[in-house]
Amino acid sequence: MLNLARFHGGLHLPNNKDLSNQAPLRQASIPKKLVYPLMQRPGVSVDPKVQVGDRVLRGQVIAYSDHPLATPVHAASSGIIEAIEERLIPHPSGMADVCIVIATDGKDESLVTQGVADFSSQDPAAIRSAIKNAGIVGLGGAAFPTAIKLNPGPQRKLDTLLLNGAECEPYITCDDCLMQNQPESVLVGAQILLHSLHIERCIVAIEDHMTRAYARLTQAVAALNDPRIIVVQVPAIYPTGGEKQLIKVVTGKETPSGGIPADIGVLCVNVGTASAVYDAVCNGKPLTERVITITGRGVKEPQNRYVRIGTPISELIEQCGGYTEHVERLIMGGPMMGFALPDDEIAVVKATNCILAGTAADINTGKQAMPCIRCGDCAKACPVDLLPQQLYWHSRAGNLDKCKEFSLFDCIECGCCEVVCPSHIPLVQYYRSAKSKVIAKAKEAEKASVAKRRHDMHLERKAKEQAEKAERARLKKEALAKVKQANAEKEGVTQ
Amino acid sequence: MKFSTALSPHVQPVNSVTRVMFEVIIALVPGVIALFWFFGWGVLINVVLAVITALMAESLILLVRGRPVWVSLKDLSAVVTAVLLAISLPAIAPWWVTVTGILFAIVIAKHLYGGLGYNPFNPAMVGYVFLLVSFPLPMTSWPAMTGLGTMTLNFQDIAQLILFERIPENADYDALTMATPLDALKTQLSLQKSVLEAQSGAVFGYLAGKGWEWVSLAYLLGGLWLMVRKIINWHIPAGLILGISVISGICYLIDAQIYAPPMFHLFAGATMLGAFFIATDPVTAATTVKGRLIYGMMIGVLVYIIRVWGGYPDAVAFSVLLANLAAPALDYFTKPRVFGHRA
Repeated sequence: MLNLARFHGGLHLPNNKDLSNQAPLRQASIPKKLVYPLMQRPGVSVDPKVQVGDRVLRGQVIAYSDHPLATPVHAASSGIIEAIEERLIPHPSGMADVCIVIATDGKDESLVTQGVADFSSQDPAAIRSAIKNAGIVGLGGAAFPTAIKLNPGPQRKLDTLLLNGAECEPYITCDDCLMQNQPESVLVGAQILLHSLHIERCIVAIEDHMTRAYARLTQAVAALNDPRIIVVQVPAIYPTGGEKQLIKVVTGKETPSGGIPADIGVLCVNVGTASAVYDAVCNGKPLTERVITITGRGVKEPQNRYVRIGTPISELIEQCGGYTEHVERLIMGGPMMGFALPDDEIAVVKATNCILAGTAADINTGKQAMPCIRCGDCAKACPVDLLPQQLYWHSRAGNLDKCKEFSLFDCIECGCCEVVCPSHIPLVQYYRSAKSKVIAKAKEAEKASVAKRRHDMHLERKAKEQAEKAERARLKKEALAKVKQANAEKEGVTQ
Repeated sequence: MKFSTALSPHVQPVNSVTRVMFEVIIALVPGVIALFWFFGWGVLINVVLAVITALMAESLILLVRGRPVWVSLKDLSAVVTAVLLAISLPAIAPWWVTVTGILFAIVIAKHLYGGLGYNPFNPAMVGYVFLLVSFPLPMTSWPAMTGLGTMTLNFQDIAQLILFERIPENADYDALTMATPLDALKTQLSLQKSVLEAQSGAVFGYLAGKGWEWVSLAYLLGGLWLMVRKIINWHIPAGLILGISVISGICYLIDAQIYAPPMFHLFAGATMLGAFFIATDPVTAATTVKGRLIYGMMIGVLVYIIRVWGGYPDAVAFSVLLANLAAPALDYFTKPRVFGHRA
């Protein structure tokens, strides 16, 4: 048995998971349209590899780029490329960007692909490239390319693979549901990762209320008879599913500030990602669908479904019986860290774990902010042990150096401080804004230093030119003087 | 379908300033009842007078400052200040004492510094100290405790005393008042009596002063309730109680003749009120865990020092204000280690 540690703060939130985890996991039907944004992360966009009018098959690459952080995009069903145009994309700012739109034909024809029967004969590099080609990114929400994560460099010695099944956000049950329905694919995915990383220990961490998932996983581990894998239940305290928090709970170790888990020998992967790795390596299937929780009191039949990536949310909601009359807000992700969407025509992406339709009764519809009374409840709730209240004063005053001194960039924006704040201050907004100001200032400073270097070099060049010019003038003068002297001497001789 | 958006977190807040203040008021009820029991109607008259004055002063100053009145009024912070100051005043203090104290607390100590959340000093204690140094006589004239005095006053007598300063017929002011246990101890010690001799006086009870010890126990009860309700943390009260216990314990061990036992200092005067209701005012206290412990201890030690070697019988107000000064520095030097940072 593992000795569990705990992290500072955190919250016991009403989890509302029973809303969605009672219904069976079903396949969502093929949507009429599939929409794929070309922007994958800030600054990383892929190029379309198809043209309007092309017919594509399921599993076909429709966009890709050479950028190291880019992953290929695959069509999730067969159909015709209808448009490559600007549409709203799922982004906290509600921005629009170029998307590939497929009009599906309902035939769902796939490219013929084949996996490898025995992954243990495969070279780690080959596994990584299979993972990359399958377009796999972290399905927990961050969507970082998994293949890159699997190659942390020779200076970092890994010893533990941590499968994150601790879905700590309220409402979300997609990982729970996946582990209940397909524990084998999650565990075989873990075996593939262990093999490719040359490590001998895997911990699957789930929250203590997931009793059915725990039973199914432990059964599957017993069936696999793999002593390297253990399943642990961790206390359900939000944000225990945060990567660094979960590592602390399970291993007792803290990821250094500014570092990555691999620095302390841990690689943390979401359970859904492990399952996708299994599909990619053993079945040769690229990542074209995932389990998504459609939930909240704003939708009639909350449930989990296998959803094709690219499916517009409106079609998903329709398949879940439509909205209830009290729907107020549409959120992608959980209620703590998810972002509100302006429109349900937006399509789900690989990182989408939950679509939450909230009602005014259960979401914050904007309370009047009162002055901070310095009660310190925020500091008590902060899982990173920051002083949110001090950070608030400094970010509000625009005192960015002080913000850095109070470790602004260690804030994970989990929202605990804001939920407990009796004054209803939008704390996380202040931190986000302060962070972007610090980053903008650093960029500005970088630009200024480049400009200064350029200016200095310009001055140097000018000075050099002037010196050369003066030298030339001097030489010319000397030469002239010599000529004059010679002439004078000549004249003297002739006189 | 279109939706309006907002930034995360989308979860509803679990607390509010109004709730915090309301719980504090509820937790003060046992203390007020105990005071009423021992000192009569004056306690309630003072509280009502103070609350009405505070709400009016708060409304007016908010209007002058161009701030929304109702939003701030309903946070109940002015009511808390009013009740805290009212129960610190002698239960027969003339009405103008209460009114000027509240005006000073709300207008000067709170709003001239920016209102709720911005005041560096505890408004109720600023009001109290202002009254104590300006009007020492009415501020130190506590009525004789029920059963200890030579006469019993009814509601009408006390109302007349407070509102019109009219002393009931066939009574003189001195007969109405009585020294508090802390006063009595100080006087007796200055007369070269020992603590034990002093404590044989009529005003002393089991733990500290007769009656006063029950008031203190009632405050303790309310304070524990606030902890259960998670309105206050244990750090400041524990620090304060520890501070006063340790220093009074040491002195008591050195010479029990001239230093009262720790139990006396814990249950005399405003120790319990200070520990759970005054020092825990979040706005003016330290905010870090370590900072709060030190802050509490500082107040505890200062209360003892001023009580024993200073010019005043009790010292919670002075000690809290002095510690208020130190709060920002305490916060600065007691920052917790951030996750993933080295110790």
